[in-house]
Amino acid sequence: MNGTGTRDLPEERGARVVLVDDHRMFRAGVRAEIGRTEETGVEVVGEAGDVDQAVSVIKATRPDVVLLDVHLPGGGGVEVLRRSAELLSAPERPVRFLALSVSDAAEDVIGVIRGGARGYVTKTITGSDLVDAIFRVADGDAVFSPRLAGFVLDAFASSEAAPVDEDLDRLTQREREVLRLIARGYAYKEVGKELFISVKTVESHVSAVLRKLQLSNRHELTRWATARRLV
Amino acid sequence: MTTATPAAGAAPDEAPARKLYRSAEGRWLGGVAQGMAGHLALPVSWVRIVFFVLILANGLGVLLYAIFWFVVPLGAPRTTAAAPAGPPLRRRLLRRPHKRRLFAFLVLACALGVLGTNVQFPISGGYLWPLLIIGVGAAVVWRQADNSRRAHWAAATRDSRWLPLLRSAAGAVLVCLGVGTFVIGQHPAEATQSLSLVFQAAVAVVVGIALLAGPYLVRIVQDLSEERTMRIRAQERAEVAAHIHDSVLHTLTLIQRNAESPREVARLARAQERDLRAWLYKPAERSGPTEEEDKPAGLAESVRATAAEVEDHHGVPIEVVCVGDCPLDERLAAQLQAAREAMVNAAKYGDERGPVRVFAEVEGRTVFVSVRDRGPGFDPDAVPADRMGVRESIVGRMRRNGGSARVRSIPGEGTEVELTMERAE
Repeated sequence: MNGTGTRDLPEERGARVVLVDDHRMFRAGVRAEIGRTEETGVEVVGEAGDVDQAVSVIKATRPDVVLLDVHLPGGGGVEVLRRSAELLSAPERPVRFLALSVSDAAEDVIGVIRGGARGYVTKTITGSDLVDAIFRVADGDAVFSPRLAGFVLDAFASSEAAPVDEDLDRLTQREREVLRLIARGYAYKEVGKELFISVKTVESHVSAVLRKLQLSNRHELTRWATARRLV
Repeated sequence: MTTATPAAGAAPDEAPARKLYRSAEGRWLGGVAQGMAGHLALPVSWVRIVFFVLILANGLGVLLYAIFWFVVPLGAPRTTAAAPAGPPLRRRLLRRPHKRRLFAFLVLACALGVLGTNVQFPISGGYLWPLLIIGVGAAVVWRQADNSRRAHWAAATRDSRWLPLLRSAAGAVLVCLGVGTFVIGQHPAEATQSLSLVFQAAVAVVVGIALLAGPYLVRIVQDLSEERTMRIRAQERAEVAAHIHDSVLHTLTLIQRNAESPREVARLARAQERDLRAWLYKPAERSGPTEEEDKPAGLAESVRATAAEVEDHHGVPIEVVCVGDCPLDERLAAQLQAAREAMVNAAKYGDERGPVRVFAEVEGRTVFVSVRDRGPGFDPDAVPADRMGVRESIVGRMRRNGGSARVRSIPGEGTEVELTMERAE
C-alpha cells in the first residue's frame, strides 16, 4: 500500500471504499452510482454482506472509508466497528466508517456513532451527496444528515439530570445553532453563510459535536446503547 | 476431580432470554450443578462444593438439589458448537462419568443415611429403609426420564434399546419395593390402628405412583409451554408475512401498472416506504403507553402526519425532522395549518432538486417549524397583492394567533418558511 500521508486534496488522491450491506442489490446500486472512478474519484475495493466477511475484507484491503449498514447478520454495524477498533484508531491511515442506513430508529443511529462511525446518512441520499460525504469522512471530518442532527439535538436537549461531565455533556450555543441548521437541511456552506462563519469553522463545530456524542456520558445515550447491548 | 468440564454452560448465553437449564453434558447426577454453573458463569466445582456444604447443614443440599432436579428442565443439547475434546481424550473420559455417577449416588445415599440417623424425631427402621429404597428408585426413574427426553431430541442413536427400558424398570421396581415394604412392614399390632394403617398405605402408594409418573408429566407440561412459545413466534412471523404481502406486493403491482408515470410511481413508493417504516420502527421508538389511540397526537406526530398527507397528495418527497414534542393546543394547530400551507407551496413550486425539508423543534415554550424547498425561489416583495396564499394563510394566520412567520426566498436557491409560536399555558 502506498504510504503517502497527505489528505489535503482528496479529489486528486481518490478514496478507496468498502461497501458493507447485506442487500446485494443495494450494494450493486451504490457501486454503480459512486464507483465510476474517473468521474467521482471513488474506488470500490471490496464488498461484504455480513460481519465476519466485513471484518476480513476491511483488514485485507485497508480502505479509506467503509460504508457501513447498521443492520447486518452477525451482530450489526456496531459489531463490525468493535472488531475493527484497532484500524479505527490506527495512527496512520485510519479506516473511517460512514453509517449508511435505512433505519429510522434513534438507537440504531446513535449506536453506530457511539461505536466510532464518523457520520450517518440515510439511504435516500443522492449519489453526488454520498460522494461528498465519503470524501469528507476520508478527510477525518464528521458527516451529519439532517436526521442525525435532529437525534443529537433531541438527546442533548432533555436535561433533567445534571450532566456527569460538564464539558462533554453539553453542547455549546454555537454547536446547537449549527446542528439546528443542518437539521433544517442546510449544507455546510449555507450554514457558514447563515452564521457568518467559515466552512472550516462549521466543520470543527460538527467534529466537536461528534466527539461529544462518542464520549458523552449522557444517561439517555447510555440507556439507548445498553438497552440494545451496544456497549 | 472436576477437571473436564465441557463448555456446555456457555451455550445458554446465546439464547435470547437466559433461562436456567440443567446440563446433560458432564453431569454427575441430574446436571443441576453443571447447569447452575453455566447460568451463573461460575466454575462447576464451586457450585458442587456449595451443595456439599449445604448437605452438611441438616441435609438442605439434598433437598435443594431434588427441587432443582424436579423443576428445572434439561437444557437442549446444543453441543455441536461446543465439543472441543479430541478423540483420544474423549475415549478416556467416556469411562469416567460412570465412576462419577457412582460416586454421586454414594454421596447421596450416605447423606440420606446420615440424615436418617440424625433426624430428631424417631424414625424406626421400618420407615427408614423403605424411604431410602423409594428415594433411590425415584432418582433412577427421574434420571431415566431425562435420558429418554434427550434421546428424543438427539435422534436416538443408542447401541442398546433394552438398557434404558431396563433402567426404567429397575427404578420402578425399586419404588414399588419401597412402597411395598412400607405397607407390609407395618406390624398390625392393634385393631384400633388399622384405619390409620390403611391411610398410611394408601398415601404411600399414591406417592409411589406420583414419583413414577411425575417426571413424565412434568416434562410433558414443559414441552407444551415450549411448543406454545414456538407457536406464538410462528404467528408473529405469519403476521409480518401477511403485512408484507398485503401492502408491499400490492404497491409493487401498482407500480408496474403505472410504470409510465414516474410521479405516480414515486408517490406509491414513498407512501409504502413510510407505511412500512412506521410499522417496523415505531414500536421501538415509542416508549410511553400508546394504547389509547384516541388521545390527541402530539406535535411531532401531527407534523409527520401532515407531511405524509401532503406528500401523498402531491407526490413530492418530504423529509421531516422533529426535535422534542409537546401536546397540541389551539395556537399550535394554527401553526400546523400554516406549516401545511407552506408544505403544499413547497411541493407545488419546489423543484426536483432534493426533497422538501420540514424541521420542527420544541424548545421550552417556543415551537419553531421550518419548511424549506430547493426550488427556483421568488421575490416575496414582488408577489402581487391579490395573491392571498402566502400572505393570508401563512403570515396572516400566524399573526392572528400570536405567532410570527418569516418567508425567505432567494431566486435560484429555494424558499424557506419559518414559523415561530409561543405555546399557550
